[in-house]
Amino acid sequence: MSGAIATYDLIVIGAGIVGASCADAASADGLRVAIVEPGPIGGGATAAAMGHLVAMDDDPAELALARYSLQQWEAFAELKEAEFSRCGTLWVARGEAELDAAALRVARLGAAGVEAHLLDAKTLYELEPALAPNMSGGMLVPREAVVYPPRVARYLVQRAQSCGAHLYAGRSVQTLIRGGAQLDDGTTLSGPVLVATGCALPALLPQLPMRARKGHLVITERYPNLLRHQLLELGYADSAHGDADSSVAFNVQPRPTGQILIGSSREFSATDAAVSPAMLQRMLERSFSFIPALRGLQALRAWTGFRPTTPDGRPYLGAVPGTTDQWVAAGHEGLGVTTALGSARLLLDLIQSRPPAIDPSPYAPSRMAA
Amino acid sequence: MSSTVRLSVNGQAVDVPVGASVAAAMAQVSLHFRRSVGGTSRAPLCGMGVCFECRVRIDGVAHVRACMTPVREGMQVQSHD
Repeated sequence: MSGAIATYDLIVIGAGIVGASCADAASADGLRVAIVEPGPIGGGATAAAMGHLVAMDDDPAELALARYSLQQWEAFAELKEAEFSRCGTLWVARGEAELDAAALRVARLGAAGVEAHLLDAKTLYELEPALAPNMSGGMLVPREAVVYPPRVARYLVQRAQSCGAHLYAGRSVQTLIRGGAQLDDGTTLSGPVLVATGCALPALLPQLPMRARKGHLVITERYPNLLRHQLLELGYADSAHGDADSSVAFNVQPRPTGQILIGSSREFSATDAAVSPAMLQRMLERSFSFIPALRGLQALRAWTGFRPTTPDGRPYLGAVPGTTDQWVAAGHEGLGVTTALGSARLLLDLIQSRPPAIDPSPYAPSRMAA
Repeated sequence: MSSTVRLSVNGQAVDVPVGASVAAAMAQVSLHFRRSVGGTSRAPLCGMGVCFECRVRIDGVAHVRACMTPVREGMQVQSHD
């Protein structure tokens, strides 16, 4: 293949959940698509993720994108590969102040068309008897769900391939060139490019700042019926969207198998992928303080992953500033699975010069060039 | 002093020699130790604590390896379903 040239309507670089969604949407639009992925499909942040489909409401732009995307996830509710489980999200309030804040969030989500209910303490314990005593109540978002992200990514790539997309598996893009991309085996791909390489974005687009935010997760043996909902503390956004160099939050998910996935941690300065016993302990202690029974369970495995994080927490979705036919979809931090489908649809509308369903300006990469 | 202990396996009384493993006691009653995530019946494979196929519930604690656990008088053992 050395020296060969192949021409496409869109060259998608990276096959995580975001790149896979873009390739699928582009193929469905009738474009001739190339997908370049050096590793396994969905093998980066996608494989490390919890797969929680959740609307975060603290940023109106992020909420609009999540809402748009969650509607599209409904099409996957019956898909075996998605392992879609509509367990709902239960946000737990510790103290009256958090419960008051929850009431505001119920109103904000409701205004955006997301069903949410405020719960008193009695109802909270009926829904989740394993919670520690002295919780004040909570907020239930009953339609939210969890999926298994790497399998969805693989499904999307296969669906794109069945529409004619070509997968350059095990190949990487060495450089972006005028009107295309150069692969590591010397092949030249000609056509518009869409860079969806997450944390690896700076290798191809150094002008768009990106930091890797490390996270830990633990999965247990199967303990069916201990928990019923994806559980988070209402203080979660303070950890997720705060600027502290390291933080942990109670974020625990019952998998459809009965296994329990325990998160979450966030670290900016840790750059190695090794599991940190100290961070793991901090994260687990946080989860034990909400669900004491977790302490007695057997963990099977702990792992880490890196969230692609932009300076303002919003993804880059749109044209790369100062270039022609270069597009980017990256930097979704912890919401890449939730917002992948909506991001892809939004980007394809921009690429195809159609009016997008939601306002694309909050995600325009050009905001970094200003 | 008796050289056997009596324990309960899935509600059935079993007498085994002191020092026997729960796996040995369990095998007197049933070779169904647990059900896999795919729904198949599982039983001890390695007998030395590595394969985790022999997990049972002992005195209410889930996922205990039967092959690594010595019997005790009055123990309540249940297969995992």
